[in-house]
Parts: sequence; structure tokens; C-alpha cells
Amino acid sequence: MSVIYLLISISIIVAICFFIAFIRAVKTGQYEDDYTPSVRMLFDDELTKTPDKQLQTQAKKQI
Amino acid sequence: MDHTKYCFHCGLDIAPTELIVFSDKNFCCNGCKTVFEIFSQNGLESYYDLEKSPGATPLSNSNKYDFLDNEKIVKRLLQFDEGNTQIVQLNIPHIHCSSCIWILENLRKLRPEISSSQVNFHEKTVRITFNSQTISLKELVCLLGAIGYEPYISLEDYDSGKKSEDKTLTYKLGVAFFCFGNIMLLSFPEYFEMKEYWLDQYRGFFRLLIFGLSLPSFFYSASGYYVAAYKSIRSRMLNIEIPIALGIVIMFVRSVVDITFDYGPGFFDSLTGLIFFMLLGKMFQIKTYSFLSFERDYKSYFPIAVTRITDAGEENIPIYEINPGDKLLIRNQELIPADGILVSAHAAIDYSFVTGESVPVMKECGDRIYAGGRLNGALIEMGVLQSVSQSYLTQLWSNEVFEKKAKRQFQSITDKVSHYFTPVLLALAFAGFGYWIFRNTDTAFNVFTAVLIVACPCALALTAPFTLGNMLRIYGRAKFYIKNATVIEQLAKVDTVVFDKTGTITSGKLSAITYEGSYLSDNKLGWIKNIVRASNHPLSRMLYDFLPEAKNLTVDKFEEIAGYGIDARVDGNAIRIGSAGFVGAKADVSLTQTVIYISINGIVMGKYIFHNQYREGLSGLFAALHPRYDIRVLSGDNEGERAVLETLLPKDTIMVFNQKPQQKLDYIKLLQIEGKRVMMVGDGLNDAGALAQSDVGIAISENVNVFSPACDAILDASQFSRLGELLALSKKAMLTIKWSFGLSLLYNVVGLTFALTGNLMPLVAAIIMPLSTITIVSFVTLMSNWYGRRIKQAANVVKYDKYHGLGQPRKVILNTQI
Repeated sequence: MSVIYLLISISIIVAICFFIAFIRAVKTGQYEDDYTPSVRMLFDDELTKTPDKQLQTQAKKQI
Repeated sequence: MDHTKYCFHCGLDIAPTELIVFSDKNFCCNGCKTVFEIFSQNGLESYYDLEKSPGATPLSNSNKYDFLDNEKIVKRLLQFDEGNTQIVQLNIPHIHCSSCIWILENLRKLRPEISSSQVNFHEKTVRITFNSQTISLKELVCLLGAIGYEPYISLEDYDSGKKSEDKTLTYKLGVAFFCFGNIMLLSFPEYFEMKEYWLDQYRGFFRLLIFGLSLPSFFYSASGYYVAAYKSIRSRMLNIEIPIALGIVIMFVRSVVDITFDYGPGFFDSLTGLIFFMLLGKMFQIKTYSFLSFERDYKSYFPIAVTRITDAGEENIPIYEINPGDKLLIRNQELIPADGILVSAHAAIDYSFVTGESVPVMKECGDRIYAGGRLNGALIEMGVLQSVSQSYLTQLWSNEVFEKKAKRQFQSITDKVSHYFTPVLLALAFAGFGYWIFRNTDTAFNVFTAVLIVACPCALALTAPFTLGNMLRIYGRAKFYIKNATVIEQLAKVDTVVFDKTGTITSGKLSAITYEGSYLSDNKLGWIKNIVRASNHPLSRMLYDFLPEAKNLTVDKFEEIAGYGIDARVDGNAIRIGSAGFVGAKADVSLTQTVIYISINGIVMGKYIFHNQYREGLSGLFAALHPRYDIRVLSGDNEGERAVLETLLPKDTIMVFNQKPQQKLDYIKLLQIEGKRVMMVGDGLNDAGALAQSDVGIAISENVNVFSPACDAILDASQFSRLGELLALSKKAMLTIKWSFGLSLLYNVVGLTFALTGNLMPLVAAIIMPLSTITIVSFVTLMSNWYGRRIKQAANVVKYDKYHGLGQPRKVILNTQI
């Protein structure tokens, strides 16, 4: 039955790990801005558009 | 069919004459087109895919940021500055959608010198990391300005150190929840009290663990209550914290005694639960609007630097270095930082920040000009008479009320109840102890501690935070942003409401125009319209918008004489538009409104009168408030509008005119001395003193993101007519709290009967405590939502939404207010 000592100790340690994770999350400011990251994560796919060649050459001519 | 075209970049409707078509898209001006070009050249067209017409017209005034050439100023603005890495955080009011986030976080595609940028949407700020060797802060700011994201840099940025937010409550709550959750799990075997062999075997181990887990909660999370209780004992006030702290300590001591002598499992579960729920209530009560500031003073509006003219030429200096006798150069749209004398021939100064009045005031050479005004028109020179902090307007902030406001004590409803609750509770505990001590000493101690444990006013302490916290959110959705929970309590107690006039009960923006005089034919109206079109004077612009469409005529002669009017010739007719003396009319002294006279070929035709435009629903609001509140109107203007106001407002409304900022403050003070609880509703910086002095100061704001003086609450101008409802709601909130107090006292009575008869088992405590908490919290939430439902419904009606194409687009005023 002494396995219960082991199990409970493990469960407490796991709980403490999560607690530490929470403290770190607060420290690094993850709770300060809860909106921008949710928008930001959707952007990455759209960045790959190639610049409009025609407009670029036009701009060069102007310069 | 609606043929109006909207600008592809900024979404404003385009005047047919100004339409620019570029790459199959419509633009309202060259500025918008240029931004589009910049983006498309750099492969950033996704900007327009994310949201429709997300942009703003860029400003062309590039001199505005010349002060960023001054190294000293730049150094203070930078958050981090070492070697090749500089970090600056800029406030950009235009941030409003995902396109904005996208473009600002892709600045490095426009200029590779920028290594990264990060937006905080709620605060409307962007944090930019760049290399100042290759791109200066000024270039950076100008780049932002050029793409329509002009940063707002004020004296405040210069002054304040970087604020660090207080996160202790979050940590305490985290610790409390951690302890509470684990203890609850470990306590389960005890609840069932099964006489199983292995449960008995491990009981000691479980209890030891529970005891260990309760320590952080008891010593760290609950520490705030001990401090508060100690403070209130020292100041001889019976706060709610005393019974709470007493309950927690007694609970802990009794539990420790219980487990050491093996009397029972103790009350650790209830103890940690109690601490957790009370901290949760505290957290819930704090609703912050990170994009708003309730603490602004003039520093938020004043520029950081100005241009001083010296013999050697022009130089940019921080405004604290302005001395009387200096000569300053003020450009179009710049603020006048200190009182002085106008040196240039004439100037139009817009005092809307100060008074709420939008029509600029004309000043002549030698006139005194006051700090806080914004220049409209060509650049001027001025001589400084007073330093910045000694100026007419800024002096107001040296008044002691701005110091006192933070410290002023307010007895909340919870404190009042606990004033009676605490003595009764202590009396009961001692009575129970006295009764049992002669019968059974053990039971006597049990009863004494049980009373204090069960009566620990957890539910009582939770009522106000949850009700008021919920109310703050309901108000927030109705665009009434309140600083903190105590303001709602004070709102419910108000009996006198004082309104500022200009900008508060008048909208300050549009003026209604009426015409008095001889009949003007369409022909003549056409002449006038063509003349005023050429003029940039604000009154001309208003008159131009007011007059009906007319065909374009050539104006043969056009001469604008500042301070007088326009002398022009159209179709062979000499027309004069301007002041009475200028056109040769007899000035009507009884009129105190702004008037423009018209004469054609030397004959005075009549006059256009510019009225203040009162806010919609003003009469209704005053009529609704009148039976319950003492209403007053406090104005910095002359009595010109008295007659109009008298017809609009209830008969016995007291109106006071010609009030200077300091007089407004004193007036409120006087009312308070009479024993009235005053709510001040104002808008401009000239109301700042009155807002600070009053019990509740509410700032009306046309655009909550940009402008409002220090106050207790900010009300969006569109919601002005509902002020009465909002006030009534605060009374309902207090009613909810009272009901809920009754309910929680009922729980206390039940718990106390258990305690006094000596039957309080840990299990009973463990049931009563969460049960009362949950019922109280759900009761107050339901009640406040029920009362707030009408407010919410009405707020959901979309008036206009430029950004998503709903409703009618209207001019966005962001840029002109920066």
C-alpha cells in the first residue's frame, strides 16, 4: 500500500510544475495582451504574396 | 441608388470633384493614394484583404516632429538604448483592426532597419526595435505618419517612468487556487468517514499534506486581510476585514489544534476555499480599460517640445525649458504651450481642448493668447509671458484637490454593514462561550471558535465585489467606462448634477445656422456660396456646408481681411461677408451668438446666426433627472444662450455663466459644504478642477480613445441622453447588494445555530461555505444582469461602423485631434 505515498507525491509534484508554469506565464506578460496574439497567429500564411512587379518597376522609373 | 463612392484606403466618401482613380481603385485624396502605392510596392497589399478600407489619411505636416532631432528628448522617449539596438513604445490611436496589427508588425518590410515591431491592441501601442545608426527616431515616426499611423507623443511620455503593473493579486490568487484545489482533493476521504482500514492508516499522512498545503494560502494569499484588519483596528474603524481576518486566524489555529490532538480533520478545506473566493471577488471587481486613462492631466495633451526663435536661428527645446520672454514659433495644428502675446498679425486659435468650443477664436497682434489652444492656419510667432506650469490653465493643477483626491476616504456599503456586524458577532461568540464554560470547557472553546469560523463574512464580503464588478462590465458595454467599483456606490448617492455647457450639453462640433433678414434669391445664395468656398475660415467652411448646392462661378475679386471678413466681387456685384462693422450693419448688441453679416452692393441683406447645437435628447434627459436631482448648468461662456437653455431645460434649473476653471472648482466645493453630493459632467480641461473636486466626475468624450481630462468615469458622447438610465441603474445595483446582504445574513443565522449548539462538524462548514458563496454570486449576477438588460439591448444598436461598412460613414476625426 505504500505506493500511495509515491503516487500522491508525484501528483503534488506535477501540480507544482503547473503552478510554476503559471507564475512564469504571468511574469512574461502573457496575460497582459490577450487579443493581439490571437490575430497575429493567423497572419503568417498571407505574408508570401509576391510584390507587384509592374508597380515596382514604375516606382524605379520615377526615381 | 447610392452613387457615393468610398475611398479604397480610408473608407470616407469621396467628393465627386476630388475622385482619384488609381490601379482601378477609388481614392479620396493623394495622401490615401500614396499610402496605397507604398504598400503595393512593398508587397503589402494584404493590408486591404484583411479588413475593408482600414487606413487613415496621412498627415502632410512633416515639421511636426522636428523636436525629435533633439537628442535629449529622444533619449527620454526610448525604452532601451544600447549600441545598435533601440526600443521605443509609441501610442497610435488609429489602431483599430487586424489590418492595423498586420501592417505595423510588418514594418520591417518597408524599412529593413527596423528589426521588429509588436502591437498591443488593447493599449493601442506598438513597440518597435530598430537601429538608430541607420534610421533615426524621427524618420521612424515620419514613416508611421506617412502610412497613416501617426503616433501620439505627448509630454506624458517624456515625464513618466515606465509603469510596472502590480501583479501581486494574480500571484496570490494563483497560490490560493493551487492550495484550495489540492486540499479539496486530499480531503475527500475524510468527508465519507469510512472506517476502512487503509484510509485510517494514511490519515496522518493526508492531514500533514493538507496542513502543508494550507500554509502558503494562509501566510501569503491571505496576508492582505491581516494588514487591512490591523490598519482598521488602529484607525478604530470596524471594517469587514476584522471579522474576516479573525475568522481566518481562528480557523487556522483551531484546525492545527484539531489535527495535532487528532480531534478531527480541521477546517483547512473551508479556510483555503474562503481565501480563494474572496480573492476572486477582489479580482473580479477590477475591470480595467487599458486603452483609457482616468488620470490624465494637461501633460497628456501638451507637446514635448516647441521651436524657439533665437538670434542664432530656430531650435527645438523641451517645453519645460521655456522661460518668460522667449519667442516661440507655433505651426499649424500645434498647441500653444504657455501664456503669451501674439507677435504675428493674426491667428485663429481653437480652444476645444480647454473649453469644448469648436469655433476658433480670432486673435490680433498684441492679444493675449492662453496655453492649451491649438493653432489653426499659418504659423505664428508668440512671446512667452509665463512658464508652462504657471500659465492660466496649468496653474489649476497646483490646486490641492488633485493631491487629495487619491487619499479621500469613502465609507462603502460593506463597511457600513460591518460596523454593526462585527460587534454583534463578537458578542455572540462570547455569549456562547460564557454559556458553555459552566457546562463543558471543551465544548465552550469549540463553540467560541465555531461561531467565529462560520460567521466569517465570506458571503458578505463577496456581495459588493461581484455586484459592482458585474455592473462595471455592463456599464462598459453601454460605453460608460467607470474607473473603479466605489464610483458606482458614489453614483447611487448623488443628489446634485452639475453640467458644463459647451462641449457637454452642446455637441461642440456642428453648429446650427439660421438666417435673419431680407429674402435671398437662389442666385444670391450661389454668389455667397462661391465666395465662402475660397475662404478657409472655420465659419466660412460651416456656411459653405450649410448653403445649398450652386453652380461654380468665377470670383473676380477676393480679399479676406482677418478679423473682419471677406470683400469679394461676383458677377459684377460687390459682396461683403463678415462682422457688422465691416459690412456696414448696425451691430445687434442683444445677440451674443456668433453672427456673420451679408451685404450686397452696399445694402445690408441680413445675418447668419450660428447656434450651439444641443445634444440629442437633452430636454428628455433633464426632464427625467429633474424630479430626483438638483440640476445646475455651469458655463465658462457668456449668457448668450440663456434664453434658449431656459426653453430647453426645466424651469428652476440654476444656470451660472462666466465661470473660470478655478471658479468652477470653488462652486462645486460650495455645494459640497452645503451637504450635497455632487456629480460633475464636463468635457474640457477647464472642467478638470471641478471634475476632481466633485464626488463623481464624469467626462463626456466624443472619441474615448483620444481625449478626456482626469475623472472618475468617461461617457461616450453618443450615450449622453441615457445618463439618467445609467444613474438609475447604479441605484438598482445598491438595491441588489442590500438584498444579497439579507440572504447572506440568513446563511449566517443557519450556520450560527449549528455553531452555538456545539454541532459544527467540518463537513457542515465545508457545505455551508461554498453553498453560500455560490448562491450569493449567482444571485447578484442574475439580479444585476436583469437590471442591466435594457442598457445592454440599447447599446447593441449599431449606429455607424466605418470599418465594416455598416451604417453611414462619417468623418473620422482621429487625425485632427492628435
